[in-house]
Amino acid sequence: MFNPTVARLTYRALLGRRRALILCALPLLLLAVSVLVRTMVGQDDDVAVSLLGGFALAAMVPLIGVVAGTGAIAPEIDDGSVVYLLAKPLKRSSIVLTKLLVAIGVTVAFSAVPVFVAGFVLNGDSQRIAVAYTVAAAVASVAYSALFLLLGTVSRHAVVIGLVYALIWEALVGSVVPGAKTLSVQQWSLALAEKVAGDGAGVASDVGLPTGVTLLALATVGGAWAAAARMRSLTVAGDE
Amino acid sequence: MSLLSVDHTSRWFGNVVAVNDVTMDIGPGVTGLLGPNGAGKSTLINMMAGFLPPSTGSVTLDGAPVWRNEGVYRAIGLVPETEATYDFLTGWDFVLANARLHKLPDPAGAARRALATVELEEAQDRRIGTYSKGMKQRVKMASALVHEPSVLLLDEPFNGMDPRQRMQLMALLREMGDEGRTVLFSSHILEEVEQLASHIEVIVAGRHAASGDFRKIRRLMTDRPHRYLVRSSDDRRLAAALIADDSTAGIQLDWQERALRIEAIDFARFTALLPRVAREHGIRLYTVSPSDESLESVFSYLVAA
Repeated sequence: MFNPTVARLTYRALLGRRRALILCALPLLLLAVSVLVRTMVGQDDDVAVSLLGGFALAAMVPLIGVVAGTGAIAPEIDDGSVVYLLAKPLKRSSIVLTKLLVAIGVTVAFSAVPVFVAGFVLNGDSQRIAVAYTVAAAVASVAYSALFLLLGTVSRHAVVIGLVYALIWEALVGSVVPGAKTLSVQQWSLALAEKVAGDGAGVASDVGLPTGVTLLALATVGGAWAAAARMRSLTVAGDE
Repeated sequence: MSLLSVDHTSRWFGNVVAVNDVTMDIGPGVTGLLGPNGAGKSTLINMMAGFLPPSTGSVTLDGAPVWRNEGVYRAIGLVPETEATYDFLTGWDFVLANARLHKLPDPAGAARRALATVELEEAQDRRIGTYSKGMKQRVKMASALVHEPSVLLLDEPFNGMDPRQRMQLMALLREMGDEGRTVLFSSHILEEVEQLASHIEVIVAGRHAASGDFRKIRRLMTDRPHRYLVRSSDDRRLAAALIADDSTAGIQLDWQERALRIEAIDFARFTALLPRVAREHGIRLYTVSPSDESLESVFSYLVAA
């Protein structure tokens, strides 16, 4: 099912000059702020939680997810170069699955890994806060990749819709409005973080662990399945 | 030897019918798909390439449907009209990736041969983004040839090529046709098709308008009535002299335009007749202009025929 050539083409497209800059900017910002906080405030668990939860998990992870998830497939569909993949003896579902794995890899590398490093910089994994948020960022990366990959196969405006979702729903509504919290990848992944972190760490999710895990799995599998189905019926109509 | 069969195939998009009940068999040799822009050539090629399901009818390669059958791509090479490739790759990386996607036993060797065939070795280490239009066309061609397909589909392959590149590609396609491959290319330029294709399929407004060798198509095109607008020093006397000849079918005195509208049926004879008659009668010709030479009108005549 996994095709190494499709994977190589996808990650080279994703890590092209402009996209790589966008992908690097937010993690670098997170690390810079972490270093700054640690040197100015010192080791503080509350600050660590608010920075990792309020910025990293609420904004950075979904944004990286948008760039990697849509970027893994949408540009090729938009400019028509996807025909070079389609006109090969490859199952379209294996093209989608390969692209999903690449998107997950890139999202984890540019979000979960920096979260882990930032967590250690901030408080040296006191109360397992760094590990907790790393786990949350990793599972959120998987779900976001699947959802935004699907979006990339469905809409020509995938990036815009993805950004609106990431910034307005996840970062704003999902953090503030109580009802919306239960329908947010961020909260589902926080359920895992809550379980991993120490009791006094103040890491809390609005959904229980079983619900969070179930919804994450549903979003991931459902997104991947729908993206594969969408690709199977994708047509190339030409310019006429 | 491969046979591509289009059988009573239609394709519509919403209310627009792009391809209307077309039936044709494309066999070994070079076939030209000729038609004006927007006639449905690309839609037809996309259906042949398995990128678009027919709304009704079927498109098969040696009996197997091409839509949702990725196995057919072992036999099909495709040169799409779209210019987009993987611009960030070098020509070499791109053709090699295509060879690997085909799971060829020796991808590097296949890529080398394909790039040599299109004579692009010199530029193979440059990024495709830096290529000229003709070079892009050639790298697309190499990617389509890398698995030595028995069927080659090319959508407007000569667009943007200079005359030398055009001749090179024509020689290459002719060679592939002579080897017994099934080569189909689309074009809206009669001369291109005439020079290259041993067999021509004409499609106009989604309909299959004509089919045959180029002599037959050429005859259909030149035998149609030609319309001219003529202004002279004595329109009425010129009209009287011209209508006596078999090569004219009708002449109208257009008072508003102060000109003659002439319908000629024998193109060659009429073009010799007009100046001769004018000279014999001492009439000066001020304007002689063909009034329906656009390709669309030529094609629409074929549809009506």
